[in-house]
Amino acid sequence: MPVKGRIVRISGPLVVAEGMRGVQMYEMVRVGHEGLIGEVTRIRGDEAYIQVYESTSGLRPGEPVEGTGAPLSVELGPGLLGRIYDGVQRPLPEIAEAIARTAPHRRMFVERGVNVPALDRERKWTFHPGDPDTGKTLRPGDKVGPGDVLGWVQETSIITHKIMVPPGVRGRLKSIAPEGDYTVTDVIAEVESDGEVREVHMMHRWPVRVPRPYRVKLDPTEPLITGMRIIDTFFPMAKGGTGAIPGGFGTGKTVTLHSLAQWSAARVVIYIGCGERGNEMTEVLIRFPEYKDPWTGKPLMDRTILIANTSNMPVAAREASIYVGITLAEYYRDMGYDVLLVADSTSRWAEALREIAGRLEEMPAEEGYPSYLASRLAEFYERAGRVEALGSPERLGSVTVVGAVSPPGGDFTEPVTSHTKRFIRVFWALDTKLAYSRHYPAINWIISYSAYVDLVEEWWHKNVDPRWRSYRDEAMEVLMREDELQEIVRLVGTESLEERDKLILDTARLIKDGFLKQNAFDPIDAFSPPEKQFKLLQMILDYYKKARELVEKGATVAQIREAVGRLYVEMAKAKFEVPNDRLDQIDELRARVLKALEGLEARLG
Amino acid sequence: MLGVREYTRVSEIRGPLLVVEGVSRVAYDEIVEVELPSGEKRRGRVLEVNRNVAVVQVFEGTTGVTTTGTRVRFLGKPLEIPVSEDMLGRIFNGLGEPIDGGPQVEAEERRDVNGAPLNPAERDYPEDFIQTGVSAIDGMNTLVRGQKLPIFSGSGLPHNVLAAQIARQATVRGEAEEFAVIFAAIGIKYDDYLFFRKFFEETGALNKVAMFVNLADEPAMIRLITPRAALTLAEYLAYERDMHVLVILTDMTNYAEALREISAAREEVPGRQGYPGYLYSDLASIYERAGRVKGKKGSITQMPILTMPNDDITHPIPDLTGYITEGQIVLSRELHNRGIYPPINVLMSLSRLMKEGIGPGKTREDHAAVSNQLYAAYSRGVELRSLAAVVGEESLSEVDRKYLKFADEFERRFLSQGVRENRTIEETLDLGWEVLSILPEEELTNIKEELIRKYHPKYRGRP
Ligand SMILES: Nc1ncnc2c1ncn2[C@@H]1O[C@H](COP(=O)(O)OP(=O)(O)OP(=O)(O)O)[C@@H](O)[C@H]1O
Ligand SMILES: [Mg+2]
Repeated sequence: MPVKGRIVRISGPLVVAEGMRGVQMYEMVRVGHEGLIGEVTRIRGDEAYIQVYESTSGLRPGEPVEGTGAPLSVELGPGLLGRIYDGVQRPLPEIAEAIARTAPHRRMFVERGVNVPALDRERKWTFHPGDPDTGKTLRPGDKVGPGDVLGWVQETSIITHKIMVPPGVRGRLKSIAPEGDYTVTDVIAEVESDGEVREVHMMHRWPVRVPRPYRVKLDPTEPLITGMRIIDTFFPMAKGGTGAIPGGFGTGKTVTLHSLAQWSAARVVIYIGCGERGNEMTEVLIRFPEYKDPWTGKPLMDRTILIANTSNMPVAAREASIYVGITLAEYYRDMGYDVLLVADSTSRWAEALREIAGRLEEMPAEEGYPSYLASRLAEFYERAGRVEALGSPERLGSVTVVGAVSPPGGDFTEPVTSHTKRFIRVFWALDTKLAYSRHYPAINWIISYSAYVDLVEEWWHKNVDPRWRSYRDEAMEVLMREDELQEIVRLVGTESLEERDKLILDTARLIKDGFLKQNAFDPIDAFSPPEKQFKLLQMILDYYKKARELVEKGATVAQIREAVGRLYVEMAKAKFEVPNDRLDQIDELRARVLKALEGLEARLG
Repeated sequence: MLGVREYTRVSEIRGPLLVVEGVSRVAYDEIVEVELPSGEKRRGRVLEVNRNVAVVQVFEGTTGVTTTGTRVRFLGKPLEIPVSEDMLGRIFNGLGEPIDGGPQVEAEERRDVNGAPLNPAERDYPEDFIQTGVSAIDGMNTLVRGQKLPIFSGSGLPHNVLAAQIARQATVRGEAEEFAVIFAAIGIKYDDYLFFRKFFEETGALNKVAMFVNLADEPAMIRLITPRAALTLAEYLAYERDMHVLVILTDMTNYAEALREISAAREEVPGRQGYPGYLYSDLASIYERAGRVKGKKGSITQMPILTMPNDDITHPIPDLTGYITEGQIVLSRELHNRGIYPPINVLMSLSRLMKEGIGPGKTREDHAAVSNQLYAAYSRGVELRSLAAVVGEESLSEVDRKYLKFADEFERRFLSQGVRENRTIEETLDLGWEVLSILPEEELTNIKEELIRKYHPKYRGRP
């Protein structure tokens, strides 16, 4: 029997209802005559405090509140990919359709009280029994448990959707549907246990605040290649890893996250627009179907799910959107996919938490944030990881999580940034000064870090070049040394430096212009394959090493620059002038540079 | 909705808030009319309801309100304004009531001033280049139709002049149609209001302009409504009447201060510098009311103006604005003091929608490259300028000295222009090339060889 109460208080997104005895913490409830979606966040006596995911304007005390008996959950099954949902998994295009039916001129607005299921109930999917990879087929009488693959559906051109026994269901398979077309609510199998028969559908529900179960968590081993040079080469991400990208406004968080969603070697991408701009979601929605997945050549949208709670949408749903997104990510992980989840911006999520805590009159900790901010952040990032999934056949999957952080005034000491740092392994710090000078991506190479460098080394050495690590470290050293030298330059200028140090400045500039800077909107430069990254770095550092030799023999940097002449600017432009399928041109350019330097060497005697 | 209900038990008056007891079935966000014993009427809205107690915010303030004899009428609906095409050419107060002596507006429709969030799946991406005729904007911080691009200014800087210049010169090339302008004055001084009014009169644009005016000496609480009333009309004109609307909101700092005042009166836990924690979401509910919609011809382009307290861009008002808007045009006191108009600090300025609005077929193929190179070179020039101030120019290399010259010329020739000077985008880009040609060609590392050959003054005219 669902609980039924009535509203006694309304304050923004917070509603208090009485007569709610028996309601569960985090139970989803329907609020008011319009049945707005809400979630119970505190219970006191027979009063329930409810955060409402839609505008509460016009609600009155006395209106009904009804429990649903279940916590806020998402629908999991075929038909998620390629969709855009709001913060509580309502499909936005269908909301527009529903509104257009009664008020055509208001279809562009999200109005409240519209109830549309996340998964299309009419659409039929062709179900194939058996595991798509191994062909292993379960038969009636077989013992089955959570995660066992019953069959599959070709969800999109790229993704084969495994239909698995849902968590919590265990017993003997009583029946399994033959190959054929089914809706997500048709019975696909029956599982019998202790005389009780459970029906299994292609769709099931899962409460968003509960991590989905897996067998074991493993250490990440492989890099998640992104095509961004500063990331892959200097501060790599790993499949199943966690990262944060903090930065003041306009420093490039969103562009970087879009690039990750577009180019990285993940199989499934969940993009959460959490309290950010409507146009940024529209951009993804319009462009991704046109763009090709660089790894399969198929439309990018076929591997992408968007969750949008834009900054002007109800703030309570912002708090939920993060959990909705990560639950979807875990679901595809359980099928054995490498999933990337990006959240833009976790600060808006934290602010939503703060706003609701404030309405609940909870004691604030730092800067008004509730004291449980850190533990909530930890719980969220803990849901990332590489795992061995439940069920058979055995499979590995991963969820990589990258969260943007938007610190007030660009100050990284504020609570969200500083707490986030404790729970992530990769830190891509965006620098306002770099952004002002249009050095993009504005990732500061002095304060950023990745804990995965050692771990991905093997991959690079095996797949690209065994000298990768030594080149990478040497380039890093040049950059560090340049940073120190800049201190001196600020006092005495550049002309009085030793030639050796001038060469460092010169090389660092080349590394910045020719390697670190990467235009996300340039058709060639937007994606830099690992081989290209290596060759560019090798070219610049071989130039540097040879030049250093000459400087030690008495050459000046001016002589060196004169000897290489226009080759210097060719090196700087190779990243976007050399097509990604003509990497031999970089080797050739490197050879010409070295030859020019040898010429100088000969002249010096 | 229920009809009108009247109550008289005012139990508390605190700042702009009235606490009314013994009410029943009052709705959150409902609009109220407060009648003083003198017969004077004020308006307000419900901020919170707790059983039979309602907290009401009075727009015109509570000065002179007493707990006895005051009648509070709950009107059973949210705050609405009438909308109609006839509102162009008219002047309204901050609540959308005519103050120009003209007739009442014949409403084609009444709309809730709070609007509703645009569905991201129904938006269309803004990408039509607006030529403002201002090089620093068109060349390096391009504005597109449907964008929200604020001006971050400081007291005494010429933001009004610049906004007026943009409003006068803005055109979408190849289209004859002009923008309809909606101007919201939010707590500004009378002379600032007069400046805009005279400007619209002089340009003969008044019949394409609607003004919503709340002046500095008028009630602060109305400032929370003024931009919303203006945007409600803008949405109607853009999405029902196919118009391209430019909305100027000035000064958003006054708006945020009014919000802080109400938050303090409600004794809410303050965020940074006393502003409420929800300042971000609240500002977003205004700024996000810009854009384009699928299947609709019209658009809303927003240009909010705000003065940065103490010229501090990290102050919560510009900071949170920058986190919501699609870039910002930052004015610099230093440039202004050196007599440069428009004193736009291009390095701190940004247009995020620029990339979609420029390029072949829209502006010119070299636009992105020229802009990137100007940025890279100017930022280096400015950096070297401060270095030269310490170590002396002679401690810089030959090339570095060229950068100093570049920075000066960039400011003198590219950035500076007259208040009535309206440059085409080609003029702007050619000027860009001219100043870039001060640098050795090897320094142009952001530009593809092919474009250098085609547009660099050195090669121009050669095969
Ligand atoms: N890698 C890049 N290549 C080219 N341009 C870039 C790159 N990164 C950022 N930019 C430029 O910087 C602008 C701002 O970037 P972005 O929108 O990602 O900032 P943000 O950090 O998300 O800001 P906010 O916090 O306000 O959302 C972009 O519109 C683009 O012009
Ligand atoms: Mg962003």
